[in-house]
Amino acid sequence: MNKRITIFAGHYGSGKTNLALNYAFHLRKKHENVVVCDLDIVNPYFRTKDSVRELEEAEIRLISPKYANTNVDIPSLPAEVAWVFRDERMQVVIDVGGDDSGAVALGQYADDIKTSGYDMLLVFNKRRYLTSSSEEASEILRDIEKISHLRFTGVVNNTNLAKETTREIVLEGEATAKELSDHLSLSLLFTSFEESVDVSEALRYSKPFPIKIFRKPGWYIF
Amino acid sequence: MQEKVLMKGNEALAEAAIRAGCRCFFGYPITPQTEIAAYMAKRMPKVGGAYLQAESEIAAINMVYGAAASGARAMTSSSSPGISLKAEGISYLAGSDLPAVIINIVRGGPGLGGIQPAQSDYNQVTRGLAHGDFHVIAFAPNSIQEMCDLIFDAFDLADTYRMPAMILGDGMLGQMMEPVALPEPHEVSASAKPWAANGTKGAREHNIINSLYIEASELEDKVLARYERYRVIEEKEARHEEFMLDDAEIVVVAYGASSRISRNAVVAAREKGIKVGMIRPITLWPFPKKALADKAPSAKAFLSVELSMGQMVDDIRLAISCSKPVYLASRTGGVIITPDEILAKLVEIDGGIK
Repeated sequence: MNKRITIFAGHYGSGKTNLALNYAFHLRKKHENVVVCDLDIVNPYFRTKDSVRELEEAEIRLISPKYANTNVDIPSLPAEVAWVFRDERMQVVIDVGGDDSGAVALGQYADDIKTSGYDMLLVFNKRRYLTSSSEEASEILRDIEKISHLRFTGVVNNTNLAKETTREIVLEGEATAKELSDHLSLSLLFTSFEESVDVSEALRYSKPFPIKIFRKPGWYIF
Repeated sequence: MQEKVLMKGNEALAEAAIRAGCRCFFGYPITPQTEIAAYMAKRMPKVGGAYLQAESEIAAINMVYGAAASGARAMTSSSSPGISLKAEGISYLAGSDLPAVIINIVRGGPGLGGIQPAQSDYNQVTRGLAHGDFHVIAFAPNSIQEMCDLIFDAFDLADTYRMPAMILGDGMLGQMMEPVALPEPHEVSASAKPWAANGTKGAREHNIINSLYIEASELEDKVLARYERYRVIEEKEARHEEFMLDDAEIVVVAYGASSRISRNAVVAAREKGIKVGMIRPITLWPFPKKALADKAPSAKAFLSVELSMGQMVDDIRLAISCSKPVYLASRTGGVIITPDEILAKLVEIDGGIK
């Protein structure tokens, strides 16, 4: 996990955006130049741009589709995306849209990404319906690899049940994530969990990565 | 109870529909409901059902008409502009006494409007959905769990009363994620629809599904029979939920996403010592008139909270026979109202009625 480019991909709703943001803040502790690159062309509402204020405060650069969070429902990506792969000073965190349809946007940069060196992490949530088993998650992985022309290099356990997450749920997810990573011959890199659900001590196969949940501003529905 | 899973509103609606016995889905993509069609495209073939992306919304609703006529549990989904396009087909379904479920994940309007959440299709679903004398049963869930549960009721009531039912969600409910316990699948018996045009097998007369009547009196009789069913529905099927209502002097009326936001405001107002409660309509048609009428004598004012321009205000006034003032707190066009904005309105009303 020391490549210049880190890509978070997986099933939609597995927690890629939130994890990408947390990872960028984590990198910022060690690196001057961190950039978050939002390649999500499928999610109309929940995006890294919702957290633009926090990113600015931490001096993390955000590159996102020009019309993100507006009514322009057009999946256009800014030209700046191509630049991040060329500038070697940059630590790049890429947030990819869900499933294979979201990974389409990634495919066009595959050559640049390979040249720069990358880690592509499969974000796994055992409590996401239809991707709860190792087989189902493997299927998503194959679909994404086919479309993106890139290979996954690791698995991340992000198992959660939103506000109802418990220690047991995270640990159960870790066990399945381990099975999944063994099956794919990839390493299980870390388990992410909201800071309040402390499972650090109990993790058996992965390193702890406590995260903060970034919520969409102005949506007081929870 | 099944183990809870994390689901996005749109996919939960789709999965729940399949579990409710829906085996025919015809749709056309539009933000913010596209995940319903995407989910159906993946899942329907695996459960032996039919998924088809139609060439337009109009084609999709007419495919629903065909499938419903054959006795199948059929569904389509769209968002506001797409529902307007489906309107003609929905009128034909009603005119042919066909059951079907239509999902509307509402976005800002009119016209192409925007893709952010709104509730501005209230009048459309409760009154002017399309031409002719008819109603659709309209459910307004406010959580992903409730969307799953109500879709079963939508299919069941549509079958019972032989009419279209609509789930009125909004972009917020369609796109957000929550833990849900998916309902157990239930078996649907095809023989329960003796009117279906599904082959006589040489054993009975042809069943004819039609909305055209040659004689005016014949059409009138059909409409009158339908309105007799509507009267039963108004009597039996209206649903609502109450929150902190017992001693409430100001009654917030809100459904769907705005009811979740309102709940925060009600709690905040109570902390300030203002006696506020809430009635949340779960069905918009039939509107829970009785619950409002029963509360009216002990209430001093009502407040409609909406993501639309006061479209529900008249229903509240009618339900309480204009006996108390009805105020409005709203944002529209895809802008989400905040609990603070609602609270400010509650404080203002409270100041006025003391």
